[in-house]
Amino acid sequence: MSAAEVQLGVVLLCHDRLDLAARMARIWAEGGAPVVVHVDARVAACDHEAMVQALKDQPLVQFSPRRACNWGRFDLVQATQEASRQLLDQQPAVSHVYLASGSCLPLRPVAELTDYLRCHPGRDHIESVAVEDALWAMGGLNEERFTRYFPFDWRHQRWRFDRFLDLQRWLGIQRRLPAGLVPHLGSQWWCLTRHTLDAILSDPDRAAHDRFFRLAWIPDEGYFQTLARKHSPEIESRSLTLARFDLKGKPYLLYDDHRQLLEASGAFVARKVWPGATGLMDHFPKASAAGTSGRHPDPRGIDQLFAQAAERRARGRPGLRSQGRFPNKGSENQRTAAPYALFQGFDAVIPGFEDWLAGQLDADVHGHLFHPDRAEFAGRPDVGPGALSSNPTLRDYHPEAFLASLIRSGSRMQVFQHGPGDDPGPNWFIAGDANARLSVLTGAWVVPLFRAALPLVEVRRTAALLQRAEIEQTAILTSPSTRAQVQTWDLADFVARPEAILAEALGQVDPVISRSQRPLPPIPDLSGLGDFLQRLRNAGLRPALTGSFPPTDASTEEGPTP
Amino acid sequence: MAPSPVSSAFRTTYDRLKRRGERQYALMRALRRGRRLRALEDRSRQIAPADILVFTTLRNERPRLPYFLDYYRRMGVGHFLMVDNDSQDGSADYLALQPDVSVWRTSDSYKASRFGMDWINDLLRRYGSGHWCLTVDPDEFLIYPHHDTRPLRALTDWLDASGARSFPAMLLDTYPRGPIEHAICAEGQDPLDLANWFDPANYTIRKNSYYGNLWIQGGPRARCFFADSPKNSPALNKIPLVKWHWRQAYVSSTHTLLPRGLNMVYAQDGGEMASGCLLHAKFLSSLTQKSAEELDRRQHYAGSKEYRAYHARLGESSSLWCEESRQFTDWRQLVDMGLISPGNWA
Repeated sequence: MSAAEVQLGVVLLCHDRLDLAARMARIWAEGGAPVVVHVDARVAACDHEAMVQALKDQPLVQFSPRRACNWGRFDLVQATQEASRQLLDQQPAVSHVYLASGSCLPLRPVAELTDYLRCHPGRDHIESVAVEDALWAMGGLNEERFTRYFPFDWRHQRWRFDRFLDLQRWLGIQRRLPAGLVPHLGSQWWCLTRHTLDAILSDPDRAAHDRFFRLAWIPDEGYFQTLARKHSPEIESRSLTLARFDLKGKPYLLYDDHRQLLEASGAFVARKVWPGATGLMDHFPKASAAGTSGRHPDPRGIDQLFAQAAERRARGRPGLRSQGRFPNKGSENQRTAAPYALFQGFDAVIPGFEDWLAGQLDADVHGHLFHPDRAEFAGRPDVGPGALSSNPTLRDYHPEAFLASLIRSGSRMQVFQHGPGDDPGPNWFIAGDANARLSVLTGAWVVPLFRAALPLVEVRRTAALLQRAEIEQTAILTSPSTRAQVQTWDLADFVARPEAILAEALGQVDPVISRSQRPLPPIPDLSGLGDFLQRLRNAGLRPALTGSFPPTDASTEEGPTP
Repeated sequence: MAPSPVSSAFRTTYDRLKRRGERQYALMRALRRGRRLRALEDRSRQIAPADILVFTTLRNERPRLPYFLDYYRRMGVGHFLMVDNDSQDGSADYLALQPDVSVWRTSDSYKASRFGMDWINDLLRRYGSGHWCLTVDPDEFLIYPHHDTRPLRALTDWLDASGARSFPAMLLDTYPRGPIEHAICAEGQDPLDLANWFDPANYTIRKNSYYGNLWIQGGPRARCFFADSPKNSPALNKIPLVKWHWRQAYVSSTHTLLPRGLNMVYAQDGGEMASGCLLHAKFLSSLTQKSAEELDRRQHYAGSKEYRAYHARLGESSSLWCEESRQFTDWRQLVDMGLISPGNWA
């Protein structure tokens, strides 16, 4: 075949918005491509007549006999066959046939497409993927499209469709493909050479093929894709029409704001255009910039856009609860948006720990966010990040939302102090969150009591409350459902090796920083604590979480001086 | 312990029947109260089959109307159906002069008509069937993903194609940077020029399993007026855009619809569904006067608790603005904050 012989012809399938379809037909015809239009028989006669009238001045536009087309049925293939036959017979010069719909918008001039085809005049551009390898959309019906009978309409006879399929599965019915065919699937929009199309249409076994595909499922994505494999000398398995589908098998629509991405894609034809996207229709087809008219389609940009949308719809943003996302338990994909850290007990032992920590970490270091009196945001403002109120009533109304919002709105890592005296509301939430990093110093709440000048009765009562709270907390953190990273030390351990424990705790939050040198915070003297604990014991309370502090000798027996 | 299958099946059936009863009751009320609406100017015959309709109840909102109507006209709304509840400031006369507005008047009690919802349900039943209907107040401005490049029709076409029948848009309260009483909005002026700050991330969401909708609270009203009684802070969840069918009804403002399926506008599988928001430009100088007036009338929800709270706070010169407030720029900002989402609408 010599290069000069390439002449494009178009089969245009239309089933609604004929005004739009007429516009598309005009673009093709004015680009020099003969068009055969098929209009679904269910379109109102007046609309059809209006389209015929609108295209009367276009000698290159012909209409094929109308046929009612049901989605997913063989009617659509028949309409394509008839229109193709008509095009091939009436336009002997046509060397390539492009199958498009009334909502397929040519993005580049017909001449550029013709030039592109001229590079490989014998090549068929049809996406055609072997069924066993294809992971096509639509609820997993891949191979079964060809191996079962589908006499019922999926849209209007769904119940019978499903039951009949179940029955066949139960009976183990397997259809056999006509000899010589290997089942292939692909986009229904293709561009075939006259040679291949003619061979498909005048195949001596065509009656058998048609009989088979008449009861196959969505044959418009399989008929030509399978038969091209039989007849084509050279297949380029990629559709020249940019068409993308979402996870439910619905086509993504194209709008005016997609203009730049479409232009950059270099695709020749794109669908499906929203009928109101007049900006797109006025803009395209658009000739490529000088010197780039031979560029190949590269739709990465717009593909990325659609992939992002699909990802957003399928998985959402981690840690987000919003009016459009309220995941069931187990579907959350993280309870919070980013890692965060809790330090429990350190600030009770080390005065000024919060400020020291803020100097160590590249993070927002808060005080006790769940303090009973107020949420202690870093710097103690009344309103914290995300306009969260420091009011404890408001916070405790939904502590999980409070914490998740804070973590979502911070640009840096969020770090805060926690303890048994704080609101226990969020404890289960935190323990079950893989983003939480907890460094817990158990029994540390003893230290402020030890330093405070309070009557022993009161100390004992407070100690009992705090101890019970911390035991409950520890039970939560050690429950099997815990997903947080938890490191626990007791107070005695900390007193024995404070540097090492601080390094471990910080290492969990920021592995880089733990290796660098830093001045340690001043660690106060805790001598006399053993004696204090003994006095608590003597008062009837058994401190269980502090680790072992032997009672000291008689020299410090008087305990802390007020 | 999990309830037995029998008792939970009983519960489900009982709830379903109860909801049906509620829906029928709402429709009956609408029928009864709707008869008391007097058409001041009925242009409903102009409504074309594919038109998107706006439904609004108002009282003394004359200065807000020109901008409100223009905002939604630009968005592509075909017709406005409005109930004027005894305005004294010429609102009804102004609306009657508009070529694309039908206006009804009533002097019935706002409270006794369930805060206007009986009237709106009746108009929806009469004119809304088969249309996409947007029910908003004169101080609510719909924002949806891509609204700057795609008209409302693009959204409703997409919702139709996706098989969705309703679209959520939570209330996002906006306020001026300074004291509210200094933000004086001239007639025809965009109230969002003055009140363009909002709270970015202090919202709480709970699920109401009986109605299936989400219950959202928070924002500046919870922060400033209801910090000590957060339960009473106003609900912000709304489903204002609905493909109407005469069998449907709003049961509590535009927060809750029946049948229940219309409320399920969120994904539970971890994904995000498309959502927008209603920028609520309520906090302007007009509120101070209005809250005094509304307090006198005692016509609002829950014993006008909300208005009483405003009155108490706004009596002393007050501002809702705080250091963490964000200035509204565009819909992408709201998407980034997670307040709205384009979902699968690329």
